[in-house]
Amino acid sequence: MSAARGNRAGRMAVNAAAYAVTVFLLLPTLIIAPMSVGPERLLSFPPKGFSMRWYAEYFQDAEWVRATLFSAEAGVISAVCATVIGTMLSLALVRGRLPGKGLVELLVIGPVIVPHIALAVAMFLVFEQLRLTGTLLGFAMAHTVLALPFVVFTVLAALYRFDAELERAALSCGAGGFRVFRYVTLPLIAPGLVSAALFAFVISFDEAVVSFFISDLDRKTLPRKMFEDIDYNISPTLAAVATMLTLLTIAALLLGYALKRGMERRARAAARQGVEP
Amino acid sequence: MSRRPPRFLLGGRNYSPAASLLLAAPFLLLIAVVFLLPLATLLHESLFVPAPTVEHYARAFGEPVYLRVMLRTLRVAVLVTVAALILAWPLAWVMSRSRGLGLALLAAAVLLPLWTSVLVRTYAWMVLLQRNGVLNQLLQEAGVIDAPMRLLYTEGAVVLAMAHVLLPFMVLPIYSALKGIPEDYVRAAQMLGASAWGSFREVIWPLALPGVTSGCLMVFLLALGFFVTPALIGGPQQMMIATLVSQQVREMLDWPFAGALVGILLIFVLALTLVFKRAVRLDRFVGSA
Amino acid sequence: MGLQDGVQGRVELRGLVKRYGPLYAVDHVSLEVSSGEFLALLGPSGSGKTTILMSIAGFEYPDEGQVLIGGEDVTWSPPNKRNLGMVFQKYTLFPHMSVLENIAFPLKMRGVGRAEREERARAALHTVRLGQMGERRPAQLSGGQQQRVAIARAIVYQPRVLLMDEPLSALDKNLREEMQIEIKHLQREIGITVIFVTHDQTEALTMADRVAVLDQGRLQQLGAPRALYEAPETGFVAGFIGETNFCEGTLHAAAMPGEAVSVALDGGGRMQAVAAQALPAGGRIRVALRPERLRVGPVGAEGMAARVSEAIYAGNATTLLLEGEGGQSLRARIPAGAGLHEPREGEPVRLSWQPADARAFVAAS
Repeated sequence: MSAARGNRAGRMAVNAAAYAVTVFLLLPTLIIAPMSVGPERLLSFPPKGFSMRWYAEYFQDAEWVRATLFSAEAGVISAVCATVIGTMLSLALVRGRLPGKGLVELLVIGPVIVPHIALAVAMFLVFEQLRLTGTLLGFAMAHTVLALPFVVFTVLAALYRFDAELERAALSCGAGGFRVFRYVTLPLIAPGLVSAALFAFVISFDEAVVSFFISDLDRKTLPRKMFEDIDYNISPTLAAVATMLTLLTIAALLLGYALKRGMERRARAAARQGVEP
Repeated sequence: MSRRPPRFLLGGRNYSPAASLLLAAPFLLLIAVVFLLPLATLLHESLFVPAPTVEHYARAFGEPVYLRVMLRTLRVAVLVTVAALILAWPLAWVMSRSRGLGLALLAAAVLLPLWTSVLVRTYAWMVLLQRNGVLNQLLQEAGVIDAPMRLLYTEGAVVLAMAHVLLPFMVLPIYSALKGIPEDYVRAAQMLGASAWGSFREVIWPLALPGVTSGCLMVFLLALGFFVTPALIGGPQQMMIATLVSQQVREMLDWPFAGALVGILLIFVLALTLVFKRAVRLDRFVGSA
Repeated sequence: MGLQDGVQGRVELRGLVKRYGPLYAVDHVSLEVSSGEFLALLGPSGSGKTTILMSIAGFEYPDEGQVLIGGEDVTWSPPNKRNLGMVFQKYTLFPHMSVLENIAFPLKMRGVGRAEREERARAALHTVRLGQMGERRPAQLSGGQQQRVAIARAIVYQPRVLLMDEPLSALDKNLREEMQIEIKHLQREIGITVIFVTHDQTEALTMADRVAVLDQGRLQQLGAPRALYEAPETGFVAGFIGETNFCEGTLHAAAMPGEAVSVALDGGGRMQAVAAQALPAGGRIRVALRPERLRVGPVGAEGMAARVSEAIYAGNATTLLLEGEGGQSLRARIPAGAGLHEPREGEPVRLSWQPADARAFVAAS
């Protein structure tokens, strides 16, 4: 009896610890939102009033807006490139007989395990010589490489969930290799591809380290602009930007969650027509 | 009739080696130009400029200033890993035993920070910790302290903020390992007479170990090369290797030395990865929960 | 439909070999299936039946030998160029398409126009008696319905041959028996060649015109169901198809197939039998005897002395477990309602049989 009670007390302690950690995880980010609507230059919590002044300042500042648009552009391009390139590679890894597969797999995780500072400095060195610093092409290439590991793992997961027997069925129906992909594989892994693209966009849009080095004075990404502002003065405009970025992340996560639900529903539907184990 | 006509889909299941290579080609090309070439150029710089030499590497270990930076980096990375592990365990455990809405909320609490910009999170810590920041304001209003404390630019602040930023990388692998342990195992262990501590030590911990290894490795690797948070929260006082590299490149323009520092970092990271190759699992961060 | 002429649907395997490492999955298998015939490939798992089907379909390529369809060598052509229909073990309907779109898919791949596609798909759906289900998603159908859709998809383009890979194994027993008859009727109706893989002998015997029995990659026997059951040519077939008593012994003189032999049983006594294959002199012999061909008589009658060790009542028949004079374990079956004497447990009896029902094989060493 006392053991059971001790057990329950233990469980409650663990639960309490877990929820405390959740608060620790969320609080710093979420506390910025109310502070961003305070009217004073000195950020305070709780805010002393309500004002959209810092949001207005962001939208009226050409440099902020230009940096945001540039980041969005780089994000879209690298999301598309990373998704296409990553999907091709994933197909080769799962369905193909790729020579040197182990080495390729190591290269896939390369951009994650190699510290971004190392990559950033190395890219800076080479991009300077190739005149790629501060160019859209340079950012697109760099961010595509950084996003690829996440894209490949997302697409691999979608491919493993997909029943390869359906491809055989399509072949037996007379579809050739490309049409099997076009009509069967692609539609069924599409939600995975969209969420991969979403991840890639978020990675590019938030990427700070490489951007810090390969930006130049008039072409910089949003994170680089934020970095400069944080370094010089913690202005309330930053709080507004941070809040908007957090909202964007929430939206992206919700979208990703919806996609994942759709994919699972489909996988379940496909499993329902399978053999009972 | 040829013995084996070329075909894209071999037996409907596999692409031929040639087709596979074709599909992998864009990736290989991009990785070669944007990943391998820059790293190779930088390392070449560290070993062959101005002449073939290991002098730059020797300098990193020889001068106390730099040695101190490297030791601090190592110390902070270890502290961050330990702190993250301690914080992550209860959360991962409760997540693995939750379902439905409860799980969704906990997962959201982990995924939202994971996908929120590191800059935003670091900025939040600065707002909280600076001299006239939220924490000092609150403590003063509560009468706990009279004058604002110096919180920013301390090693404690760096460890705290980095542990916060990297925590999701610890929680998710441990969660997916714990989720895989059927509750019956724990019940069975207890039926067989194991105490709570006994069933933890004999059943849960060994089965969770792959997840713990994976999480610790990810957090440690990321912490070693972390730039944004130490640069902003630690400042020049608490310089870590990434900040030192940046300084060498941007202020000293000493590429060979920066290359040597990167080389040291890479050897470390690569060795750890090869030892724990199976522990690097990105699927947990993109697909989990 | 019935577009098949004499050779279009003929399938021929010549010396087919498929190795996985040192193991033969298929070991020199040759057989011919004529147009419009229903052939079952029957064998235990690992017998090579599925590998043979996959070689015909083009999903596997043999190490040796040829696959001919309609007289044309297709050994190396890809699956999508063979114009075969295939029904898989799992129904493999495309989950993102409606039932009708699934059936129309092969027509689309063949460049058939939209209107004709729809019309032919509806006709095929009608053939499998699912006329109203066209707009549904596969997941909304029952297992049996899904399998019918899979069949409709496989026949809608009037392929010359329909391959079926254990298509009924996912269904429960009653539905399976219903579908067996339905597939058989459908096959007769459209006159298509069917090659059907199964590990279920009843299914094979019920559905097929001829059955190919495989074991360890080798073709053991190819014949009509009745021939397989009544005149098995190898010990494996005798044991695999139906229930069989085996008695071991030796043979004094060599014998040709069909010759009457007298086998000296291991426990003493002799057994009259017919050689099912060429038997060497002095070799080890197994004699196979069906339980229902054993006649159980009272003591004093002709035949082998035995004792009933157990009697198991099963409604339509009673199965007797018997111990022969030489220690053999035998089973006999006495049909109910024929007015035959049913001995009790422990009762001594005499067993007799027609020599032609006892088939002697070389015992596997």
